[in-house]
Order: sequence, then structure tokens, then C-alpha cells
Amino acid sequence: MAEPAIKRNDESYKIVDEGIDKGIARLSPEKIEQVINKVLAAETGARLKTYVETCVHCGLCSEACHYYLSHDNDPKFSPAGKVKQTIWEILKRKGKVDPEFIRDASRIASTECNLCRRCAMYCPFGIDIAYLMSVVRRLCHMLGVTQLYIQDTAHSHSATLNQMWVKEDEWIDTLFWQEEEAQDEISSLRIPIEKEGSEIFYSVIAPEPKFRAQLIYQAAVIMNAAGVDFTMPATPGWDNSDQCMFTGDYEMMGRLKKAHFETAMRLKVKRIVMGECGHAFRSVYDVGNRWLAWKMPPIPVTHAVEFYYELLKQGKIKIAKKYDKPVTFQDPCNIIRGKGLHEKARYVVEALCEEFIEMHPNREHNYCCCAGGGVINTGPQYKMKRIKGNRIKAEQLFATKTRGAKVIIAPCHNCHGGIEDILHHHGLDMELHFLGDIIYKVMEKPV
Amino acid sequence: MHDIYNFVSGPLVWVSFIIFFGGSLYRLISMAVLARKKDVFVYEYMSLKFGLRSILHWIIPFGTVKWRKNPLFTIVTFTFHICIIFIPIFLSAHIILWKESWGISWWYISDTAADVLAIVVIASCIFFLVRRIVLPEVKYLTSISDYVILAIVAAPFITGFWTYHQWPGFKVMGIIHIVAGEIMLAAIPFTRLIHMIFFPFTRGYMGSEFGAIRHAKDW
Ligand code: SF4
Ligand code: SF4
Ligand code: SF4
Repeated sequence: MAEPAIKRNDESYKIVDEGIDKGIARLSPEKIEQVINKVLAAETGARLKTYVETCVHCGLCSEACHYYLSHDNDPKFSPAGKVKQTIWEILKRKGKVDPEFIRDASRIASTECNLCRRCAMYCPFGIDIAYLMSVVRRLCHMLGVTQLYIQDTAHSHSATLNQMWVKEDEWIDTLFWQEEEAQDEISSLRIPIEKEGSEIFYSVIAPEPKFRAQLIYQAAVIMNAAGVDFTMPATPGWDNSDQCMFTGDYEMMGRLKKAHFETAMRLKVKRIVMGECGHAFRSVYDVGNRWLAWKMPPIPVTHAVEFYYELLKQGKIKIAKKYDKPVTFQDPCNIIRGKGLHEKARYVVEALCEEFIEMHPNREHNYCCCAGGGVINTGPQYKMKRIKGNRIKAEQLFATKTRGAKVIIAPCHNCHGGIEDILHHHGLDMELHFLGDIIYKVMEKPV
Repeated sequence: MHDIYNFVSGPLVWVSFIIFFGGSLYRLISMAVLARKKDVFVYEYMSLKFGLRSILHWIIPFGTVKWRKNPLFTIVTFTFHICIIFIPIFLSAHIILWKESWGISWWYISDTAADVLAIVVIASCIFFLVRRIVLPEVKYLTSISDYVILAIVAAPFITGFWTYHQWPGFKVMGIIHIVAGEIMLAAIPFTRLIHMIFFPFTRGYMGSEFGAIRHAKDW
């Protein structure tokens, strides 16, 4: 009959995380009860209540979740199973839970759910499990219990308005440096900084200047070749990423998005075009703007996939020779279930590549990479968890490889992180690229 | 016994209908008020077009990927849900009662058809019960209340079937049948059976978010 909600004997429990340990040590049952009830009363309402009361405990959502599928259908990893272990218990006990309960709740909501929203397409009632898990994360944040690594990025956001502690001069230097490098290839190339009245503000996530500066180089080449009137700001606000959205630090999320939108306003651009990142798009287009009470972003936001689609469709980029290795495409949830860019992405892929092989399932039904929703940002301790939690992705990729695909295109930074780990762990010999990588390779470039 | 019969088939019917309609209305209104107060953006994002689009896909058998992936469940759940609404409304015995007390009547199904459909409902309930016990992912979510709810739904059909066939003690069973139906009706607003009332709103909202904001399908 009724099974206990919490089982504490699984291996993930042994993961050492200082952020969690120290946070838990500071808690007392009284404090937990007080914080939980305060947050629930102030911030939740009809949605939480209706979702909890409408759920008929049917388990139909289970097969939506890659964690569940990858753990041999272990019910603890099913979407509603995660709600049972967290929200249902919290409500049933009216917030009277102990610190160890919070430890488990944080583990479940922050490292065993990517907020990918696939389950909303499998629950007949459209119960939003991702929202319910976000509520748990918010509670943990308010209790000061967040994984150390992702909390560090949240601190960086709050101190520098970017995710990677990039200092202002480093940012500007990086842009100059990439401009100079690219000028070796295209002598007339510019990365216009602070150009007021430009058509486009090109925004990136902080890991680009920090670790993957060549992406800025490639974007500059594409922009220049297509004759796009763009600019990048010299001030904080250039970073579109947002780990605070994932830790439940919504006040900080609001500050970040405000800085981002205000930078666009200050530069008097017509729209923001963002690099190939899924979570940043979710923050700018869907979540952050709402916190600031904007129904839709106050300034149009275009994801790279859609932008490339425009450039190719309008003939602003010409293809010199199509990419000849057979490719497959990873549909990132945040821009597919988040913006429906799947057909445009396919247009782009087919325009660039000779052979395109679909993975299955695909489009809205693709499996998440298991890195998103801030899970990869919880740190290296959780890496094996992500890999084990997405065996189904390895199987999906392997099946696609068997059908001939040699290259995976994933227009999302997190997907790259997640898929790279999966490929490496399973010895799956496939290349992984951004769309920008491929465009850069196959396009006609000015000299 | 006659007094009891008169009581359950008279005033209690009224009570159960009042609880059902009043309770459902209360739940709907209080949800709407709470949403207005705490989740006001729900009103902003709710879209008639995309909400209905999603609902339509989900109420058509095999209209969604999920339904297509689980054909047996889909067939059972659709027949079950259609039957439990259809049978009580179009059963000749019920219509006679309505005609006697309120002077209204409409088309009804033959007794044999009703008999078969009642068996279908009872079999579906057994299917749901077995599913709850056997499938680990369902068992994990199941609490005692889920069995109680299942029993509340199955009871009117089992007792009705019994009474119709005039099995031993059918007179008492007839009274139990009426009470069971009334309990079921009254339980809808105050148990998870409320999913019947809330479905269009939860599904419609997800359909609106997916359709209007995210330009994607949610089925
Ligand atoms: S990871 Fe995705 S499918 Fe699984 S519970 Fe979270 S949102 Fe649902
Ligand atoms: S969330 Fe939906 S699919 Fe999952 S158990 Fe609840 S009602 Fe069923
Ligand atoms: S990383 Fe990509 S697939 Fe994974 S959650 Fe983000 S958008 Fe989705």
C-alpha cells in the first residue's frame, strides 16, 4: 500500500557538498517550518494548490522523464515521484520537516530534475512538475541550502552581473582580442563596442569570454559576413545567463534581467540576439521578464537558431560548400519546448549540411541532455549522477550513430556540457558542434 | 425500509446534487479568486485558442503521443470516463425516476446495453486497481485515499448491477446503490475526483503557455 516517501539508502546520498552540509548545519526544525510557511503563503497560490489536488497519482508522467527511464524505471525518479518526496510531504506536514528532509529535497529538486518540462506533455492534466520543483528550489534557497558550485555562480552574478567572475576590463579585452584575431582572417572585421543605435545587441553567456572565446570570434565573422549592424556593450549587462533562476534566487534573477534589458535600452538597439544557449533564452524570454512583470520581454529577443535561420533564408550568408559529415541534431528543450524553434533549426541544418539524420524521439519530444536546469552547474560531484541519469540519451545517440550520424549539432551550451560527458563516459565516438561552428566552416567569407 | 427508501431517493438526492453543484462552483470560484490574488499572470497567459487546442488533443483517444504510447490504458480510460457519465444519465431506470419526480425525460439506452456498459465500468475499475497494485510507478504514488476514491466510483455500478439482476438482498442493495451514487456525486468537489472539474483549466493553461508563448505543442 502506501510506500514511505523518503528512502535514504541510495548512493547519491554520499555525495559531499559543502554548500549543502553547511546550510543544513545552520537549520533547525523551527526555522524550517517558519521559512517554508512564509514562502508558501507569500509566493504560492492557485497553481500549487490546483496541481497538488488535481494529480490523480496515475503515474502516466513517469515515462516522460529521462531520469526515470535511465534508472530502470525507478519510481523515485518519476516526475510525480519527485513531487511526492518533496511538495506532498511538505504540505502534508505543514512545513514541519527536519533538516535531513531539506537535504533530500534539495538533492531531488536541484540534481534530479532539469526543469525540462517534458513531463508536462505526458501528464494528461498538464501538471507543471518543473514549476513544482522550482518551488522546492526556492524553499531551499530561502533556507540557505544550495549546492556550492551553483551558489558560487549565483554569487558571481550578484557581484559582477555575470556568471563567471569576469571583470569589466577582461570582458572588453576579450572582445578586442577576438576582433584582432579575426582581423587576421578578415581584415575589415569589427566587433563594434557601445555603438548606440545599432540594430542588434549581441549578447552571450559569461562562459564564452571565459573559456570559449572562439565562439565570439565565429559570431563576429558571421555578423560581418552577413553585414549585420550589431554591437556589444562595454558595461555589465552583457551576460544573458542566469543561474539565479535555477537556484531560486529570484530577486537576483530580476536584477540580472533588468541590467540586461536596460543595457539594450541604453544602446537604443532594436532587438537582442543571443548566442547558442538554452537556459539563457529561458531566462530572458520566459522567466526573468515575468519576475519584472513584463508579460513578454520589453525588447524583442532572438535566439541564435532563429537568427541564423533569418540570415540563411534572406541569403545574407552564402554557403561555399556544404558540411559533408552526416549530422544529427539535439533539440534543446529551452528553445524547442521553450520557443518552438525545431523547424527553423532543421532548415538551418539542412542548409548547411549534406546529410541530416534525425534522432528519435525528436522535436518537442526529445530527451533533455540532463545538464540543463542548472544541474551541470551544481558541480563535478554530480557529474556521474548526470551521466547515470541520462543513459537513455546515450542509447538515443548510439542508435543515431548506428544509422550513420557522425556529428551531433547542439545549439545550447548546457547540452554541450551534458552530451560531452555522456559521449566520453560511454566511449561514443561522435563529434559535437554548435551551429555557429558549422556555419563558420562552410560559409563564404569576405577577405 | 420504505421510509429509508423514500429518504435516500428524496431529500438525499437533493442534498447530493446541491453538494455537487455548490461544491464544484465553490471550488472553481475560490480557485479563480486565489489565482487573481496570487498567480495573476495566469489570466494574462491563458489563451482560449491554444487552451482549447491542447484540450482537444487530450480528449480525443489517441490524439496525443502519450495516448498512442499506451494503447490499452487509453482505451480503458476513455471508455471508463465516457461510461461513468453516460450510464447514469441515459439509464432507463433513472429516467423513470426523474419522470416520476420532476416530470422530465429523454432518450435512454436499452437495459441490455446498460448492463454491458456497467460491466465495462466495473472491469475498468478492476484494471485501475490492478494497475495501482502491480505497476511500481503507480504503486509508489498510491495512498489509501486512492483506493477509497476508486471504491467510491466503483460502488454505484457494482450495486446497480446487483440490484438490476435482483440478486439476493437486492432491495437493500438498491438503497445502498442510491446512497453510493449520492456519495460519489458529493465526493467530486472535495476529493481528487475534482480532476474532472479542474482538467480544462490545468490542461488549458499548459496548452496556452506552450502554444501562445512557447510556440510548441504539448501533446
Ligand atoms: S527532468 Fe524533465 S521530465 Fe523529469 S521531472 Fe524534471 S521536468 Fe519532468
Ligand atoms: S502528474 Fe499527472 S501524470 Fe503524473 S501522476 Fe499526477 S496526474 Fe498522473
Ligand atoms: S541544456 Fe539544452 S537540453 Fe539540456 S536543459 Fe538546457 S536546453 Fe534543455
